[in-house]
Amino acid sequence: MGCKVLAPMVGKIVKIKVKVGDKVEEDQEIIVMESMKLETSIFAPCSGVVKEIKVSEGDRIEEDDVLAIIE
Amino acid sequence: MDHNIISEMIYSCGIFNLSFGNVVMWIIGMILIYLAIAKKFEPLLLLPIGFGILIANLPLTDLMKPGEGLIWRFYHYGLQWEVIPPLIFLGLGALTDFGPLLSRPSLIFLGAGAQVGVYITFFCAKLMGFSLDEAAAIGIIGGADGPTTIYVTSKLAPHLLGSCAVAAYSYMALVPIIQPPVIKLLTTKEERQIVMKKSRQVSTRERIMFPILAALIVILLFPPSAPLMTMFMLGNLFRESGVVERLSGAAQNELMNIVTIFLGISVGATMDAATFLRPQSLMIFFLGAFAFASSTATGVIVAKIMNLFLKDKINPMIGAAGVSAVPMAARVVHLMGQEENKKNYLLMHAMGPNIAGVIGTIIAASIFIGVLK
Repeated sequence: MGCKVLAPMVGKIVKIKVKVGDKVEEDQEIIVMESMKLETSIFAPCSGVVKEIKVSEGDRIEEDDVLAIIE
Repeated sequence: MDHNIISEMIYSCGIFNLSFGNVVMWIIGMILIYLAIAKKFEPLLLLPIGFGILIANLPLTDLMKPGEGLIWRFYHYGLQWEVIPPLIFLGLGALTDFGPLLSRPSLIFLGAGAQVGVYITFFCAKLMGFSLDEAAAIGIIGGADGPTTIYVTSKLAPHLLGSCAVAAYSYMALVPIIQPPVIKLLTTKEERQIVMKKSRQVSTRERIMFPILAALIVILLFPPSAPLMTMFMLGNLFRESGVVERLSGAAQNELMNIVTIFLGISVGATMDAATFLRPQSLMIFFLGAFAFASSTATGVIVAKIMNLFLKDKINPMIGAAGVSAVPMAARVVHLMGQEENKKNYLLMHAMGPNIAGVIGTIIAASIFIGVLK
């Protein structure tokens, strides 16, 4: 079972901490984003392998944008 | 004859007119400068305030001499004429995104709830022997809104301006330390883990209508709020209209920065040893911390009461963001939420009460001014 990593709120991508092909565990920090001058971590919603990363560092994101796909 | 000239020269030197109190104030000024630079405590204000304190305690300078002094002029035309705080609100309006509040308007109750602490502190200050005017200025510290505190204090109790402003801005920097214990005390682990339902999208039309309607309604109900509300909502209309980006930019950047300079130095310069080094200043700092804590508490309690009636529960921690301190209080709540549940993103939900709190504090201030003036 895979899952999509969705943006929890509007903001900017600060850092992407995983690469395509990486194995991730649920609740592992995968992306750091910034919103309202606060850096906040986005955690993997499920365990699996990173299949696709749809954003790069510095991108502006809207709520619910798909950031990555885990399979 | 010669002897007299020499002694006159010596005595017109500042150093021979220095009092012990002046030196104590230098230390206080230096501490603020240190905290601003090394600890990044609200540096935009505490840095000029700290420097203002230093120069206000150099004898024989006349900088604060009414009618003559340079800094007195900034103080008189900026603060006594009540020009600077409304201009800051113009910038804040241009900076503020009311979206999180509009997407869930019931959150305005949380912004109101956190003002209860203002009134609790007001009564405590009165009981401790402060006059009604002074108690109002001290209570409003609990609103955690710098410009509103300065506005109310300069109107009702100008002799307390320095201590109230420094208390407000220092505690704002300390929000991440003051709030969490109060929030934890009043909520259960289950409550802190509540994940909130996503809020709805807000249309451009709503965003444009908001500043116009809010100005009309709030000023009709609370006329003394007019100076702050007018500028706050005008700034927000600049922002949301989308057609005057230059004005919106000027209000939130250049203008805001310029008035902040004059605000900081004037507030600092009101703190000379004679007015500041009194037991009441210590009491103001104590009451200020109490005001922050009790506003946090009443915000959380109102959120818990709302949960009794709501089908989709709100996370009661966001009530704590009802103290204005934008966006620090919302950040504190967000981080506490993630501590309990990593997939909980409360930031945007907490911004709703956070900005409602700004309007709440303006209203609380205008009630004080209306009743006491």
